Amino acid sequence: MSYKFDPQAKYAKSHEWVRMEGDVAVIGVSDYAQHLLSDVVYVELPEVGDTLTQGESLGTVESVKAAEDAYAPISGEVLEVNAALEDNPEWVNEDPYGKAWLVKAAPSDLGQLADLMDIATYEKYVAEEEEKGGH
Amino acid sequence: MSEPLIYEISRAGRRAVSLPACDVPEAPFPADAVRADLPLPEVSEIDVVRHYTRLSQLNHSIDTGFYPLGSCTMKYNPKVNEVAARLPGFASLHPLQDALSAQGAMALIHSLQELLAEIAGFSAVTLQPAAGAHGELTGVLIMRKYLYDRGETQRDIILVPDSAHGTNPATTSMSGLKVMVVPSDARGNVNLEILRSLTAKHGPHLIGLMLTNPNTLGLFDENVEEVVRLVHEAGGLVYGDGANFNAILGIAKPGLLGFDVMHYNLHKTFSTPHGGGGPGSGAVGVAAFLADYLPGPIVVRDEDDEYAWQMPAKSIGRVKAFWGNFAVLVRAYTYIRMHGAEGLRQVSENAVLNANYLQARLRDVYPIPHSDRTCMHEFVAQGKLEGAPGINTMDIAKRLMDFDFHPPTVYFPLIVAEALMVEPTETESKETLDAFADTLIRIAEEARTDPELLKTAPHHAPVKRLDEVKAAKDMVLCYGPGCGG
Repeated sequence: MSYKFDPQAKYAKSHEWVRMEGDVAVIGVSDYAQHLLSDVVYVELPEVGDTLTQGESLGTVESVKAAEDAYAPISGEVLEVNAALEDNPEWVNEDPYGKAWLVKAAPSDLGQLADLMDIATYEKYVAEEEEKGGH
Repeated sequence: MSEPLIYEISRAGRRAVSLPACDVPEAPFPADAVRADLPLPEVSEIDVVRHYTRLSQLNHSIDTGFYPLGSCTMKYNPKVNEVAARLPGFASLHPLQDALSAQGAMALIHSLQELLAEIAGFSAVTLQPAAGAHGELTGVLIMRKYLYDRGETQRDIILVPDSAHGTNPATTSMSGLKVMVVPSDARGNVNLEILRSLTAKHGPHLIGLMLTNPNTLGLFDENVEEVVRLVHEAGGLVYGDGANFNAILGIAKPGLLGFDVMHYNLHKTFSTPHGGGGPGSGAVGVAAFLADYLPGPIVVRDEDDEYAWQMPAKSIGRVKAFWGNFAVLVRAYTYIRMHGAEGLRQVSENAVLNANYLQARLRDVYPIPHSDRTCMHEFVAQGKLEGAPGINTMDIAKRLMDFDFHPPTVYFPLIVAEALMVEPTETESKETLDAFADTLIRIAEEARTDPELLKTAPHHAPVKRLDEVKAAKDMVLCYGPGCGG
């Protein structure tokens, strides 16, 4: 199986991505994650002003198979949430790096980006996960 | 579906019951309580009887077919349980009846409390919670109150292995606590190395750990005593999810393994109709030092051999109105007394034997991640077949319905891709297990030779393949003239 990756993004082991656009961190879930989930039917997002803590849940992505938490790849404050996604959860399947961004945040510690994987490392990680056959 | 909706059968003016002439003076309803329009179906009595009888016949049930729904323990429910629950002395009781006039029912509750404590190695039991997840919530609230009473109010984390039931993290959140996931190791046990680092790092903040054992992979944790020790060493308590207790009755006592709290799913392990078939009961057992925290009232026997309701001294309070789901308690009591100690042990031995027999028959056909180990009462296969790249677990599950088998639990646990979780239970014969295995083997063959047959299954069920995305996103919860819109 081949998956899509965004070369501009950095990735967490729990399959979220973060992409810096100026000072703003845009966060979503990866193409591999949406493949595992299958058809997404519901997305629950935080509120503007909420504090994100690296590694802690920022919301929920629910498919016909499972409801999974999405974890914050970095800490920060939520500036904007993708409200349109709540009405169009299928965007997570269609365009995980584009229309289906979850939140935009002001990072509190840019140093945390170093904890994340670049595209090459993440591609390898996904291949290993796929080999294991788990999530 | 062949059966129309009741509103489609409705004909204006048709009615089921002709009321006798009124023999008291008629009085009008208050005008503001009267509706101009009440769109209920208008049907004759035979229309109603036939409609609902036909609907019931479209259902799959344990009384009509094999039901290997993993983790749900869809065992046969002996009919003697129903006879006992219908005895007029039980069935006609009023929940507000004076305790002195309900001594028989209270004796049963008291005896069941003691039987369950003995079976799982606990000191005290409450029968109040109405279902498994309710029992979990009760148990975690007990743990929290005990620790907070000791002044350890900084504790706010519960460790939950990734092989736990999904209700465990949900319970934690419901209790206002934080979930921290502990991954499994290569053998399907709790990863001790990671657990050690988590207890070292978060020890003073741990409420405890919730362990489903056997876990959702159908495996008994080989290091359970070390898991319990590590959590206790950090000052936390260990909660046992007893939903899989069916695998270890009379063989292992969680209380003696060091678990502090556990819920029992009386409706599963001790056989009462469940899964749309009736209410549950999530009794909770605790070690001696937590007995005072149980929700109440529980039944105690005083020195005059009289039974009385009592609220434990430091109780977390009531968790349910009245006395628990009493009719379920009668069935569970009956089941335990009909089997006796030796019989309950045989229940678990046969549940485990049946699961291992099926696993052995299927492991060369379907991937089963931990099939090198002896499973307990269930096992998790994968709907990923070599030579059939387009076929997934859902296709296999749907095709099983064509052979009158209820599909196994699908896509759970989440840690196994394309999971097919199979729990045959102890009540099935070798012939039934063989028929099921033969069918799964046949379906694996069909997946390679005629994948379209699976993709379009079921072919012989009352409804064909449903659009699950549409069902989840565009829910229509009300149909008919009463819904407006």
